[in-house]
Amino acid sequence: MNQEKQVYISSVGFTNVGEHWNESIAQLAMSAITDVLDGTSIDQFDHIFVGNMMSSVISQQHNVGSFIADYCGFNGVPVVTIESAGSSGATAFHQAVLSILSGQINTALVLGVEKMTDSIGSSIYDVMSVGSDNDWELFHGVTLSGIAGLIMRRYMYQHNISNELFANFSINAHNNGANNSNAMFRNKINLERYLQANIVASPMNILDCAPDADGACAIVLTNECIEFSPGNHIRVAASNMSNSVLPLHDRSDILIFDAAHNSANMAYHQAGINAAQVDVAEIYDQFSIYAAMSLEACGFVQEGNGVDLANQGGIDINGVIPISTFGGLKSRGNPGGATGVYQIAEIALQLAGLAGVNQVRDPQWALAQCLGSSGGTAVTHILEKINIK
Amino acid sequence: MQIAKDWRIQRHRYSLIGTECVSCGLHMFPPREVCLQCTSHDMKEYYFSGNGVIYSFSQLFIPALEHVENTPYIIALVSLDEGPLVVAQLTDVDYGDVEINMPVEMVTRKLSSDGQKGIIRYAYKFRPKLLC
Ligand SMILES: [Zn+2]
Repeated sequence: MNQEKQVYISSVGFTNVGEHWNESIAQLAMSAITDVLDGTSIDQFDHIFVGNMMSSVISQQHNVGSFIADYCGFNGVPVVTIESAGSSGATAFHQAVLSILSGQINTALVLGVEKMTDSIGSSIYDVMSVGSDNDWELFHGVTLSGIAGLIMRRYMYQHNISNELFANFSINAHNNGANNSNAMFRNKINLERYLQANIVASPMNILDCAPDADGACAIVLTNECIEFSPGNHIRVAASNMSNSVLPLHDRSDILIFDAAHNSANMAYHQAGINAAQVDVAEIYDQFSIYAAMSLEACGFVQEGNGVDLANQGGIDINGVIPISTFGGLKSRGNPGGATGVYQIAEIALQLAGLAGVNQVRDPQWALAQCLGSSGGTAVTHILEKINIK
Repeated sequence: MQIAKDWRIQRHRYSLIGTECVSCGLHMFPPREVCLQCTSHDMKEYYFSGNGVIYSFSQLFIPALEHVENTPYIIALVSLDEGPLVVAQLTDVDYGDVEINMPVEMVTRKLSSDGQKGIIRYAYKFRPKLLC
């Protein structure tokens, strides 16, 4: 990252993740923005960046960023809507960071928002699946969960493991989500329930899959070194994205998330740290197989050992690399284009010591990685806590 | 329903026509204009034999909208003899009999339709290779 300029998080705010039948996409956005403004003295923004994946289709609203900015009282502030499938929110954050680093702006409001429940039934799965290669995947009935099922089967075959070894990703996520009052599913689960769960896309069952949800999360960014919480600055130490081959069938190895691997490596280089120095991480556990592959792509474990790490307690709050500490996509829920912003907000809270029961012990470095299009796109951020002496 | 788009790529769907990179010889399906391996733009059409083996498979209980009628259905990544993977539905086989490395061959089948009077979409599926 540019050494001359720095980007700091001033405040984070969000709604609870779930089914908000009574709220429109603009109302969801407003509650997150109200929350974020409560935590900062900044109330003037040079630019607003809105991450959203599906409002054109689900809410039948184009230019949703402008629509929301107007509703929320930001008349006259430039706003852009950013879409990169599941990673839309993280990409919006990334663009905000780049804009501040460019020197063109000093303050930015980042909003991730998704209103899933304006479309009901299985049509939502089609809308989500058009983030993959529509003509050659969805046309043949290959959904997002179908793609994950194909990857998981091959992973189990090549690494010679059974599906029950994936259960700990979901068990860990639900254990953590149970303590997050903003999480969608706060029930704990166990291996017995996992083994009885209905199959979605074999060998993957419903407890391998994150629930789709409504949600909105906002973050205020500034070039000023101001406090995030008493005594703490939160600095954006790395911000980048990477793209790889989008359709599964054209990837050179379907068991490797190339984009996630490249993006993580660039992030480590930018931050000047290595994977072992990361104290807490939010990775894209949309499916438990993606959690395993993301751990490998980020260099937290060797290729093929992601599942082992989960079974040795490595991903728990006290493990070597705690993940899904607010429940992850699996338990907190997956509000599409808002997910990447939630992930960054959650690691900021961890660094500030504001994670409550799920607080990781005195973290300094935290990583958030968000994926779009079954791993074809990856966005990685690293935050650093700086104690004010 | 997107008739123009389905019409535009029907040759590829009916006959498994992809591309071969003239520079490095890589075979690709579906067709591309830039080589995945060497980024050459020098491409020619290539007719795949339709023979391959199962690379991975999955049975879907939550279908894509247009495939609700035949749920659950089986999808597979097929490793074609000429190199590339292709994703497609399996047909003429019970789920319990499918396994990785099983030889399969391409057939053209009805894939989905838009009700009684709408268009019917045909495409490749794969079935266990018949011994001859
Ligand atoms: Zn080539």
